[in-house]
Amino acid sequence: MLTKDDPKLDQLKQTIDQVMQKPYSDSYLIAVLHKTQALYGYLPEDIINIISVDMNIPTAHIWGVATFYHYFNLTPQGQHRIAICLGTACYVKGAAQIVETLKQQLKIDMGQTTADGLFTLRPARCLGACGLAPVVMIDDTIHGELTPKKMSDIVNKHRRQAKKK
Amino acid sequence: MKETVNITINGKAYEVQAGQTLMQAADVCGYHIPRLCYHPDLSIEGACRVCIVEVAGMKNYVASCAYPVTEGMVVTTNSTAIRRARRDIVELLVDNHPQDCHTCERDSNCELQRLAFAMGIRKRHFEGERKTFEQDLSSPSVVRDPEKCILCGRCVRMCEEIQGIHALGYANRGFNTVVMPAYNMPFGESVCSQCGQCINVCPTAAFTEHNDTQALFETLNDPALIKVVHIAPAVRAAIGESFGLEPGQNMEHQTAAALRRLGFDYVFDTQFAADLTIMEEGSEFLERLQGRGKLPMITSCCPGWINALETFHPDFMDHVSSCKSPMSMMSNVIKTHFAEKADIDPARLFVVSVMPCTAKKSEAVRPEHTLHGRRSTDLVITTRELAWMIKSAGIDFIHLEGEPFDKPLGLSSGAAPIFGVTGGVMEAAVRTAYELYTGETLIDIELEAIRGFKGIKEASLNIDGITVNVAVAHGLGNGARLLDILRKAPDRYHFVEIMACPGGCVGGGGQPYPTVNSIPLDEGCLQQRADALYGMDRGNTIRRSHDNPEVQRLYKECLGRPLGEKSHELLHTRYAQKSPQGIVSRKLTQ
Ligand code: FES
Ligand code: FES
Repeated sequence: MLTKDDPKLDQLKQTIDQVMQKPYSDSYLIAVLHKTQALYGYLPEDIINIISVDMNIPTAHIWGVATFYHYFNLTPQGQHRIAICLGTACYVKGAAQIVETLKQQLKIDMGQTTADGLFTLRPARCLGACGLAPVVMIDDTIHGELTPKKMSDIVNKHRRQAKKK
Repeated sequence: MKETVNITINGKAYEVQAGQTLMQAADVCGYHIPRLCYHPDLSIEGACRVCIVEVAGMKNYVASCAYPVTEGMVVTTNSTAIRRARRDIVELLVDNHPQDCHTCERDSNCELQRLAFAMGIRKRHFEGERKTFEQDLSSPSVVRDPEKCILCGRCVRMCEEIQGIHALGYANRGFNTVVMPAYNMPFGESVCSQCGQCINVCPTAAFTEHNDTQALFETLNDPALIKVVHIAPAVRAAIGESFGLEPGQNMEHQTAAALRRLGFDYVFDTQFAADLTIMEEGSEFLERLQGRGKLPMITSCCPGWINALETFHPDFMDHVSSCKSPMSMMSNVIKTHFAEKADIDPARLFVVSVMPCTAKKSEAVRPEHTLHGRRSTDLVITTRELAWMIKSAGIDFIHLEGEPFDKPLGLSSGAAPIFGVTGGVMEAAVRTAYELYTGETLIDIELEAIRGFKGIKEASLNIDGITVNVAVAHGLGNGARLLDILRKAPDRYHFVEIMACPGGCVGGGGQPYPTVNSIPLDEGCLQQRADALYGMDRGNTIRRSHDNPEVQRLYKECLGRPLGEKSHELLHTRYAQKSPQGIVSRKLTQ
């Protein structure tokens, strides 16, 4: 939620101020959205409203850009982002079962975030680790040669770690 | 550069103007190439590919709406191959579209339907996945139905380039592309100004007005209520088109007759309240001119403009006249003064207004327009809705013997009908303000400089030694431009008129759909509607609002004087900033 003294917002405003000095400032919209996502993990509506006013770009246009690129998240993301590979190699090696395991264990669908805010589940296309198929990437780590059992152990491990903190 | 080029269309040689598109050139030569996403007032999108033609030497078919003519070009518009390709394109559109023509709001008035027919599509070849969406009913004025959308983008460009509002954009991509407001938020909560121009340019029923006809038919059958109706100027100048008449016929007397046959007990004329508005607004202007209040004063009749003011231009709220619109003034007068005179319990009165406008529906539900805890205008229907009701009730509109409006709220001066065309409110206000201020009669009452369809019009008048500069803008994009001028030069004008729709109310979002051989917002058609209104002015023996005897009587019997206490209670209002704040599109066509 947006509060008056939000250090992230200050950072974002700095970025916007910089691009507004440049010619064709509109063309930096994507860069500003990247920055927003880097700061907030997704593109919050009230931040888009601020970008709209500060960059003088209608919200409907920003929304068009934000929804065009799969890269941009439109809802808050979980603490851990699980990308499950659905590429050909992984698929052949049983990615579908891994998907099922994850969906059941996390009780969410693709693209959703668990109620406790711990995990977000998204599909990916070939992570370039076909030799280890089937694979998932959790945050920046690849986990390969998965079985349903191995997958659910990894999830549980993350859960335990989160509890400890 | 050469002025003309020689081209061949379908084996015949033509000399055409250089610098045109192939489509424009073909139009002149008598070949109407089918089209969908193209509109002459909007930027060229080249999205639908319906307008493809064959150009000798080109590997692929070209979109004629986006392709310039060049010397020696050889074009084929109607070969078997091109006909088939074009038909396939339209067929694919149709196949991703609901199959519900016979229950659709735009049945027999739909460009897609006409196009499919003209392409010779008589059966469906492709049965694939079809998009499904819910209707968005959140706006009191405009209904969004993305399921009917064929992504021609005319609404998006209209909203962006002409209106500058940019409430609509494309979201997602590929098969999932949808035209929607930001955040896919309810349309009624978006920055939309409810002007309804998306409806005017939509080829299908992806945008329609919020339909109130069923509710009205039910009310008309309720014997406990006394049903009163009043109609806006621009309605009478356009409704004939819905019955196959040429644009520009004044149908006020047939409309009055039809409204009685529909079951209304009293048929009044919103034009009466236009005169009343001028009394109040003209007086308010003189107050401001004498240092009491901000200048320039900006008109307030147009609800689309008021919505845009509150969302996009809150810095001008103090400049906008506090006068309610003629519609709201009229309904208030009906429910107070008229009710009293006719000895009717106002609770039994059901007041309907017929407007060329969708935004009026949103005006009617604003909480400030209430009286005794009820809406002052109970229901608003558009010109289109009224035309449909007349047809649905089996009333022979064309052959009806005309009937006059009811007294006393049916009388108006010549200054009232011109409210329906851009510049008209200003012209009417000047006629009265001049006389109120100088005590002399203004001789030259037709203000040519602020007539016509130029985006921003200006004039200077001399009122008793003071030079008064006025400006008029129509279309919200032109309105935004005019406000930008004012932001830089705040003293440039004294009085400003802004209307949301191109051409003013004659081009309103609730006006009849174009007929088979015309296009939405065709300037010739708007001009004919405007001419009808100017004709009414010229044909009236009373041409100044303050000379309307019934208005004079209303002041004597009820209101006292313009801007008096009673007026303030019944005829004036206030504005409030809205969020989210709107940002004017920079794609406004210059
Ligand atoms: S297919 Fe999964 S990593 Fe290549
Ligand atoms: S009309 Fe030319 S591409 Fe649509």
